[in-house]
Amino acid sequence: MTAAAIRIKESTLAPQHAVLDHTLPSGEPYLLEITKGQTLRIVDLEGNQAVDVIFYNRHDPAEHYSATQTLLRQGGIYLTTDSVLYSCDGNPMLTIVADTCGRHDTLGGACAAESNTVRYALQKKFMHNCRDNYLIALQHADIGIGKRDLVPNINFFMNVPVTAEGQLTFADGVSAPDKYVELRAEMDLWMLVSNCPQLNNPCNAYNPTPAQFLLWNPE
Amino acid sequence: MEKIPAPNDNPPVNDPVDAIAHWRRFAPDLAADKVLFSELVPGGGHWSYVLPRGTTLRMTALDDGANISVVLYSAREKLERYNMPDSLKAQHTAHYTRGHVLMSDMGRALASITADSVGWHDPLGLLLDDQRMLEKYGNRNFQTARNGMYRSGRDGLLIEIGKHGLSKRDLVAPVNFFSKVSVDDEGRFHFVSRHCKAGGHVELRMEMDVLLAFSTAPHPLDPAPAYSPGKVGLAVWRSGSAPKDDYCRSFRPENARAIHNADLLYLV
Repeated sequence: MTAAAIRIKESTLAPQHAVLDHTLPSGEPYLLEITKGQTLRIVDLEGNQAVDVIFYNRHDPAEHYSATQTLLRQGGIYLTTDSVLYSCDGNPMLTIVADTCGRHDTLGGACAAESNTVRYALQKKFMHNCRDNYLIALQHADIGIGKRDLVPNINFFMNVPVTAEGQLTFADGVSAPDKYVELRAEMDLWMLVSNCPQLNNPCNAYNPTPAQFLLWNPE
Repeated sequence: MEKIPAPNDNPPVNDPVDAIAHWRRFAPDLAADKVLFSELVPGGGHWSYVLPRGTTLRMTALDDGANISVVLYSAREKLERYNMPDSLKAQHTAHYTRGHVLMSDMGRALASITADSVGWHDPLGLLLDDQRMLEKYGNRNFQTARNGMYRSGRDGLLIEIGKHGLSKRDLVAPVNFFSKVSVDDEGRFHFVSRHCKAGGHVELRMEMDVLLAFSTAPHPLDPAPAYSPGKVGLAVWRSGSAPKDDYCRSFRPENARAIHNADLLYLV
């Protein structure tokens, strides 16, 4: 699918038929097994929350979501309905099958204590952050994935436009309460999530909020 | 029986180190007593170096439309590596030029861009892999083309980082120096053909001890129908580390803090 601005598409799946319904408070990590054919919905419950996600092949942790493979193959930077998420090896990992938000970020990455010292102030280093979430989830799970695998992630519901002059900007979100994105798994996956705790910029409208995860088996 | 000639002339026994001062051709303004070594890289070539803090790498395009994909790791702790999103968002940029800093995932400046005659280098990290190369250019292997074979940027970088114990999961999004990709309002990529002309050059000053690997394979969005990557000249010279009044330190407050964080690795 080629890159495009915003493609809105609603889902026909009913929440009462979901096999998993999990609400993740802001600032929390989450590691979820997803099986090929299942459909995942991520809901921005209160609007403008950044949900930072990386996917891995569950049978080969060396195969991860690749921002650059995904962008190269779709010819542009934003994710929306029909975008296919590719792995570093060029295999389709997931397809976005519904999206009521319409634009998701691929370039902004995940916040870290260390990058906070650079972006804001040296004294910010003790604030909670996404990369600590990633690391603690991986340490506890002990599944052969570690820091080296923390590659550029997807920020669902976040709007990070690039201008024709080559500036990276952080724009007001295009998301709102109860907007969602839905993805069909094309392989067995680990989904690693940090529900972003960043308080230093408007990526969460200075108010990090919960996100909901729903999972359906194939019909 | 017919005598088979050697493919290349080897240096004479009494002058066996053929370390040619290539830099005198493409970087003659450098001070001779500062230059450490130089290299003439064919299109599609790849190599890697460990470059100490306080050295500077001059890269010069020797053909119009050259591209050099560069990845960086801390030589001391290779788990610390160049991070595209951290670097872009800290500097609110989607292009690199003089003043910008290439930052690690640990909040430190790995290297700074201290000179640039080109004005735009592509940081979006797209890389030519074997599959795309085959679809675009067809197959040209060693059996048929010897060292004129096609080489992809991804495989070139994988070979280089493999020499240092790193594997494909460690391959980070590279910086494509000399290339320009802009993004329109819809988010689509626009590749600027032959953006960099022969003679264009850019300098990277190492702020840490850096493992740097590169490939001069074509940019994956380059629409040229033939596989014809340009040559690149490299020269490494002793520049010293960033002074207090350094241009890159003062370019943005984020850069001052990233270089400060790197300084803390070198306390004595």
